[in-house]
Amino acid sequence: MKRWVRILLFFVALGAVWEGLVRAGVWSYVLVPPPSAVARYLITSVADGTLLSASWVTLKRLLLGYVAGFALGHSLGILIARFKFFEKTVGLLALGLQALPSICWAPLALLWFGQTETAMFFIVIMGSVWSITLATDAGVRNVPPIYVRAARTMGSRGVHTWARVILPAALPFIVTGMKQGWAFAWRSLMAAEIYITILTGFGLGHLLHYGRELQAMDAVFGIMLVIILIGLLTDKLLFSPFEKFIKHRWGTEKD
Amino acid sequence: MTPAEELQNVPPVKLAVEGVSKTFRTRRAAVHALDNVTLDVREGEFVCLVGPSGCGKTTLLNIIAGLEVPDAGRVLADGKPITGAGSDRLVLFQEPALFPWLDVMGNVLFGLKLKPNLKPKERKEVAEFYLKLVGLEKFTHANIHELSGGMKQRTALARALAPNPRVLLMDEPFASLDALTREQLYGDLQVIWEKRKKTIVFVTHNTREAVCLGNRVVLFSPHPGRVQEQFDIGLPRPRDINSVDLAKHATEITRALKRHLKPDLQEVAE
Repeated sequence: MKRWVRILLFFVALGAVWEGLVRAGVWSYVLVPPPSAVARYLITSVADGTLLSASWVTLKRLLLGYVAGFALGHSLGILIARFKFFEKTVGLLALGLQALPSICWAPLALLWFGQTETAMFFIVIMGSVWSITLATDAGVRNVPPIYVRAARTMGSRGVHTWARVILPAALPFIVTGMKQGWAFAWRSLMAAEIYITILTGFGLGHLLHYGRELQAMDAVFGIMLVIILIGLLTDKLLFSPFEKFIKHRWGTEKD
Repeated sequence: MTPAEELQNVPPVKLAVEGVSKTFRTRRAAVHALDNVTLDVREGEFVCLVGPSGCGKTTLLNIIAGLEVPDAGRVLADGKPITGAGSDRLVLFQEPALFPWLDVMGNVLFGLKLKPNLKPKERKEVAEFYLKLVGLEKFTHANIHELSGGMKQRTALARALAPNPRVLLMDEPFASLDALTREQLYGDLQVIWEKRKKTIVFVTHNTREAVCLGNRVVLFSPHPGRVQEQFDIGLPRPRDINSVDLAKHATEITRALKRHLKPDLQEVAE
């Protein structure tokens, strides 16, 4: 309880200092609107629905792209780990493309798919797929061979060995890769939404962009806050259960 | 088969190792692990393979398990050539090789789930029976990382026993345990062997351990791995590793071991 109070006090103090500096005229009201103005924006935009619908558009893009990226990356990772040919070809490609920030695909995506949801989908996939591919590959490679040998003597073969031994054993690696893929996808989607206007739906990135064009810095700050919250929330909801399981079973961390 | 054996009522050969050779090639050198090894293990026999490290005893065990393929020769199980690993020959490795993503129960159930014709409830009963047998009934839902070394190896033993294999292959399974736990497991293993009528091939470099457990001790010499001598151990069971009689047998085998090592050491000296 005491810890919570301290954390709360810290943020209240931060807000108060910020508010005070703006009111005292040290910071410009236009460039750094105070927390009260940001709060006012958040309340009105939640009330008129713009913020929620934008959040929904963004989340939908992120989730769809991420699920596709995960399915693709996971399969590619298994292929790379399993077959020498894929390791030497797709593996190399994955390594190279992971080094490319996926927003760099935006110009091509625009030409190929136009200002459509598909372009967004493509950019999110490109952001997440390579991290997941490489992590799956690394995870599978790092499975102690003794696990597979033990499983084989118990009569495990082929698909059963993959599903019940190799992939579970690789789980710590895979979850790390999934988190990285998620972070990349989230960042590239934000960049893409700021950069490309899609007429079928306005995401948080677009809203941020218009906030700048309208010189509405209270909106910019408010949307940034929402973006932070969504990032934190999805991280907790999606990955915390996995991480807790890994910690519990593997006992990797002690606290 | 000798005429004397012919007249006896001997159990059938369970495992037949016929002229098995194996060489491991690394970039720098070739290690001749096994050279023309021939060995019969009869149904219900407890055979210990003894030798210094590098004599290929683990390699032979892996070949019997079907985890490795010999360069020459073959191994027959019940008269049929071994083509791969199978749950009729379960292996207890030097390290427990337990799966960290499963709890103790999950590990013991792993092999059982691969056996057809068992209902989930029956599987659970079998697993509980073996966990009780190795004294872990209170730890069924413990995580692997929470167990001590001895408890891990007991879990591995329960996991290997649960699918009821006819043959158990053990590769120095107790080497990393403390003396007390080990002695307890020697007792348990003898009881399990007698009760469940298993055929056991047990690899060790400890002659006392071999004499304590085996009906027969097979002595290997290294570089290349060969069968040098075999000793039948007729001591009554259950055997206590600390008994004087047992120590006498063990000393005899240790002496033989040293005798076979000597020429090898001389070669190196030259």
